[in-house]
Amino acid sequence: MIADLIVSFLILFGAVFVLLGSLGLAKLPSFFMRLHGPTKASTLGVGSILLASAVYFSTRGGLSVHEILILVFLFLTAPISALLMARAGLHRRLSGENPRYGEDEE
Amino acid sequence: MIHVSLTIALILIAVAVGLSAYRLLKGPDATDRVLALDTLSINAIALLVALGIWFGTTINFEAALLIAVLGFITTVALSKYLIRGDIVE
Repeated sequence: MIADLIVSFLILFGAVFVLLGSLGLAKLPSFFMRLHGPTKASTLGVGSILLASAVYFSTRGGLSVHEILILVFLFLTAPISALLMARAGLHRRLSGENPRYGEDEE
Repeated sequence: MIHVSLTIALILIAVAVGLSAYRLLKGPDATDRVLALDTLSINAIALLVALGIWFGTTINFEAALLIAVLGFITTVALSKYLIRGDIVE
């Protein structure tokens, strides 16, 4: 019963954060603002959902640690990909390939 | 109780996938599209794991791990291409 409560809470928490990350990606006005949503909020959300899955399958026979592997991999790689994408954005702005790059959309 | 929260969570994640696809199609610049692809892979992992709880199967974790690895490699390769115009020099 307690485990069900924890799993439900973690699933809802994670889904809300995944939605917030994508909402930021869709609504924020410029690329460097958009970078914040998915790289932080979505990673926290998917981590919470993976934790919920680990708790759910661990309380129904056998310890389940596959999810922890995915969790660690995601938390290690999310900052690296965010750094690379920010660097690509800076490079495109500085090299002037797109003169209106980084300005807010109307 | 888990069933109800899973239903709500699946709807929320589906909306998130739609928003990411909107940015992927609209994205004013190539970097926006790369970011949207990365977000789509993260959303796909969340959807797969939630569906794994829904159907009570653990077979989805291998697919989720594969999507995680491929999404990271894709993001790194595309960003390198945008920075250098070349992936492996």
